Amino acid sequence: MNDMTMLERDVTSETSKISAKNVQVYYGDTHAIKDVNVEIEDKTVTAFIGPSGCGKSTFLRCINRMNDTIATCRVEGDILLDGEDIYDRRVDPVQLRAKVGMVFQKPNPFPKSIYDNVAYGPRIHGLSRNKAELDEIVEKSLRRAAIWNEVKDRLDAPGTGLSGGQQQRLCIARAIATQPEVLLMDEPCSALDPIATAQVEELIDELRQSFSVVIVTHSMQQAARVSQKTAFFHLGNLVEFGETGQIFTNPKDPRTESYITGRIG
Amino acid sequence: MTDTSQFQTPGSQPRSHAGSLLQTDARTKRRNAAERRFRLYGKAAIAAGLLMLVILVTTILSRGTGAFTQTFMTLQVELLESKLDKKGNRDLGDIKKVSTFGYAPLIKGAVQAKIESLGIEHDLKAKQLTGLLSKSAAAQLRNFVIANPDQIGQTVEFRFLASSRVDGYLKGRVSRDSIANDKSISPAQLDLVDALIAAGVVEKTFNLDFITGADASDQRPEAAGIGVAMLGSLSMMLVVLVLALPIGVAASIYLEEFAPKNWITDIIEVNISNLAAVPSIVFGILGLAVFINYMHLPMSAPLVGGLVLTLMTLPTIIISTRASLKSVPPSIRDAALGVGASKMQAVFHHVLPLAAPGILTGTIIGLAQALGETAPLLLIGMVGFIASNAPETLAEGLLSPNSAMPAQIYEWAKRADPAFYERAWGGIIILLVFLVTMNTVAVLLRRRFERRW
Amino acid sequence: MPTFWLVALLLALSAAGYVLGRNRALATAGGDARDLHSRPNYYGFNVLLSALVPAMGVLAVWLLAQPIMIENAVSAMLPDSAIAENTTRGLVMSDVRRIAEGLELAISSGAATAAEISALDAAKTDVRAFLGDLGVALGSDVRPDILAAAKSYLHQSQTGRTAMAVLTLALALCGLAFAYRRTHKDFRARNVVEWAVMALLILAASLAILTTVGIVLSMLFETANFFGLHSWKDFFFGSSWAPNFRGDSDLSILPLLWGTLYISFIALLVAVPIGLFAAIYLSEYASRTTRAVAKPLLEILAGIPTIVYGLFALLTVGPMLVRIFGRGDEGLLGVEWMSGATAVLTAGLVMGIMLIPFVSSLSDDIINAVPQSMRDGALGLGATKSETVRSVVLPAALPGIVGAVLLAASRAIGETMIVVMGAGAIAKFSLNPLESMTTITTRIVSQLTGDTDFASPETLVAFALGLTLFVITLGLNIMALYIVRKYREQYE
Repeated sequence: MNDMTMLERDVTSETSKISAKNVQVYYGDTHAIKDVNVEIEDKTVTAFIGPSGCGKSTFLRCINRMNDTIATCRVEGDILLDGEDIYDRRVDPVQLRAKVGMVFQKPNPFPKSIYDNVAYGPRIHGLSRNKAELDEIVEKSLRRAAIWNEVKDRLDAPGTGLSGGQQQRLCIARAIATQPEVLLMDEPCSALDPIATAQVEELIDELRQSFSVVIVTHSMQQAARVSQKTAFFHLGNLVEFGETGQIFTNPKDPRTESYITGRIG
Repeated sequence: MTDTSQFQTPGSQPRSHAGSLLQTDARTKRRNAAERRFRLYGKAAIAAGLLMLVILVTTILSRGTGAFTQTFMTLQVELLESKLDKKGNRDLGDIKKVSTFGYAPLIKGAVQAKIESLGIEHDLKAKQLTGLLSKSAAAQLRNFVIANPDQIGQTVEFRFLASSRVDGYLKGRVSRDSIANDKSISPAQLDLVDALIAAGVVEKTFNLDFITGADASDQRPEAAGIGVAMLGSLSMMLVVLVLALPIGVAASIYLEEFAPKNWITDIIEVNISNLAAVPSIVFGILGLAVFINYMHLPMSAPLVGGLVLTLMTLPTIIISTRASLKSVPPSIRDAALGVGASKMQAVFHHVLPLAAPGILTGTIIGLAQALGETAPLLLIGMVGFIASNAPETLAEGLLSPNSAMPAQIYEWAKRADPAFYERAWGGIIILLVFLVTMNTVAVLLRRRFERRW
Repeated sequence: MPTFWLVALLLALSAAGYVLGRNRALATAGGDARDLHSRPNYYGFNVLLSALVPAMGVLAVWLLAQPIMIENAVSAMLPDSAIAENTTRGLVMSDVRRIAEGLELAISSGAATAAEISALDAAKTDVRAFLGDLGVALGSDVRPDILAAAKSYLHQSQTGRTAMAVLTLALALCGLAFAYRRTHKDFRARNVVEWAVMALLILAASLAILTTVGIVLSMLFETANFFGLHSWKDFFFGSSWAPNFRGDSDLSILPLLWGTLYISFIALLVAVPIGLFAAIYLSEYASRTTRAVAKPLLEILAGIPTIVYGLFALLTVGPMLVRIFGRGDEGLLGVEWMSGATAVLTAGLVMGIMLIPFVSSLSDDIINAVPQSMRDGALGLGATKSETVRSVVLPAALPGIVGAVLLAASRAIGETMIVVMGAGAIAKFSLNPLESMTTITTRIVSQLTGDTDFASPETLVAFALGLTLFVITLGLNIMALYIVRKYREQYE
């Protein structure tokens, strides 16, 4: 897979999918995100890195308004998805989240069968007209999440019975079954063993062909392996944003350099 | 490893959420409507629960406050020597021989004199006139005379209880329409009552006797009070406190701090959590079979009631005590052991004092539960109208038959005369005052001493 | 000597022992507490416990055992001929006890001397009238052999009590002397005291077991007696409940069980939807302040004594339902479906109100135990909150909620006051919720209050009912606690 030295990787930079302008996030009185501006491109993997508590996950959760579920959280500034402000009063977060899917840190399959886990999104959003179509969506999603071969014989088994890595891939299948345009991943491998991590990383690279993927990660190696663009957050500020190769080999900001060389974090 | 290649046609199929985010599509609108309905069900459920509470509280207050006021009639009674002390020697033995029947003419005379002096016209018989007063009036007069024999021959002013019908008329419970079939009172009597009210002879005032007095027979609802039953309840609470607190705390200390983890302690634990959910009436059966039938403890005694309630409250106290012992961090125990205290010393010198507020809170809540419990008391005979006088000593209070507040309320609710229902609601107000006070103390204790480790 | 004073004396003795032991320990150390093995208080407690615990233990055992021993001895005195055709040994013995109590009262109140009592002859004196004057009412005239048994009963219990007083006091003194002699500065008083305290702690903890054993045994014995007098087939499989104090009653639990289950079902029908929706709203939607206000307010409903609900059913809800469903043309619906205030619906509705907070706070705990990550998963897919609750949170919480409902059902089945006051007294199989029906707990109360005769099946049936009730509720509780515990383990 990708490696730090492969700087000449093709970055298919097309139009900007998500553009954040002067985003501020407050938790009660705490100013968690300070003045973040970032352009996330389509069909690209963008990695958010930074020390714990730097706000990278918070910012990620702003992109599909998962922060709405926290009562004390307040977001200012603009986040545009395809030029539309997602914090506009007319936007229904439910509709937004169908376009911007999310995979969480800990695999969180529903206590239902594997099939129902994947079919859940299509069902609530009404993406299929009949059972045959739904079956097709489920199969396709499981195949794209690279787990079809492992579960095709036990689609009725509970999703909670799978191993950690399988659960996480099931969650990815569940997220892509709703056919989102952007896929947010919040440290998707932090609860997985190295083999499962490798499988998920490979999967992310495949997914880039259809989606704009934003991944938060603790591991700089992972960011280097899977992403084309990297954003470095520190204490709520977006310190540096650019091509992954450039960030890791030639950081502009001294803080980025300190982090990458292991002096802070 | 992936099969992505076969399915690389994103966007080639119809996507229902492809439109602008700024326009809510029809499906989302439907889903949001379902969301609002669901939220409404939740709000309706909360509202229903709170509404029940409001209805319950207003019912209790509106129907029970009447018990705290009572209608009295003020009369001047001439204590005729010819009736009360024919020999004229003021010998108490002779005076006591005159029964309450002997006092009835005096009262009759006093009522007639009063009405005449006010110039109220009526065509009622003498019996109907005295019918305005409680049947306890004669006994009240007799008790006064026996206590003050020197007053014989004088004219003394008395405040007699009015009968429950008159009282009900003043409180709006009895009206001219409602007494069509009532033999105890007639519209003409009510006319007279109206006139007496206007003259200030009949008036409704605060009734301390309800709070301090004893129950009365079912002929005299106007004289019934809850005071003696209150003493019965308090005696039981004393027994519960003295027994349940030490035993409960000792059991919790053993289970929480010393017990080895084995099948015996497992059984004890399962046992305790199950005992907490055993229906209270089963404890009543236990009390009847063991304390009364087997050990021959006196029936209807608050001591037995207290023992039954102790067994019932123990699980509650043990569960809350264990929770507060558990909340004391192990570092405290380690610190004590580290300076050479024995395990027992660590527990009794450090853990127990720190857990004390929690234990106390749990005990008060357990006591409040026991105070409101009725069913087991019925089985051991603590029903109403047993004690006519307040017990004089603690031993008597524990051993002589008595009732308890909830059992007294039940007794009143069973009686036929609706005047007792007002008593029952009033009794509930007093019971709830106790419970609210106890729970408030528990909450305050918790707030005051709550510690975050 | 009355037991009360005996206990007081024992307490005083051990308090004195405490002072003595403490002082002696200090004296052996020459007044310097640092030379003692343990703190001085422990020496005091050692003497106190040695004096108090054995004596109190013997006292407790004696108080429990003496009645049975005397009962058996006196019972053996009575020849079979003394027991008449239509009665039992148990009934005769209760007469004997009553006469003995009366005689004792006569002595203590000064109506007769002990010598006069022992010379009392049933042939010459009317013992029934004599005791009647003292306020001890007897059901029949006293025959000489019964009087003899009663005198022997009285004599034995008096002797027994004297012996008990002597023995316990002697024991206390011996314990005191023994511990006092052992008190020395090198004596390991703390270890001994701690050992004793531990024993007391264990004793207190085993009281819980003892209570259960007491419940089961007391009901089991009387139930066995009941099945000796009445066919168990009729009790479990009969079809009617018609107690008749002249005997030959129909005593079947089935109509009572039907009433119990019907009322509980209506109560759950009220409590489960309201309680569950309230819990969902409080845990998923309500703001912090709403929650802080509404939750304790709802829980007040759980703290209100059941007698209050009973009164509410009898005097408010019942008459209100009659106004709606009864009274013919005067009623709100103009129908004549309900004649009295007591009915299945009355009791069921009020019990439902009582159970609302029970269901809501248990479900609230359980819903809160569902991990947030699971909610995030659904919300992240674009599910609305209600969709998340219905398709993810509730299925995940289902086992716990089932446990909560089972606990509520057990409460409903064992509830007494609401049904005693609101349900009525007629045992029947009917589906009409506006009719009055009766329950197991109601019948226990009515069979065991008032004059109870522990030899008649009509009284003893209450114990069989109680045991059945105990078994049913215990089963439900164990099942519910097991389910809830398994549920919690899943998310820990």
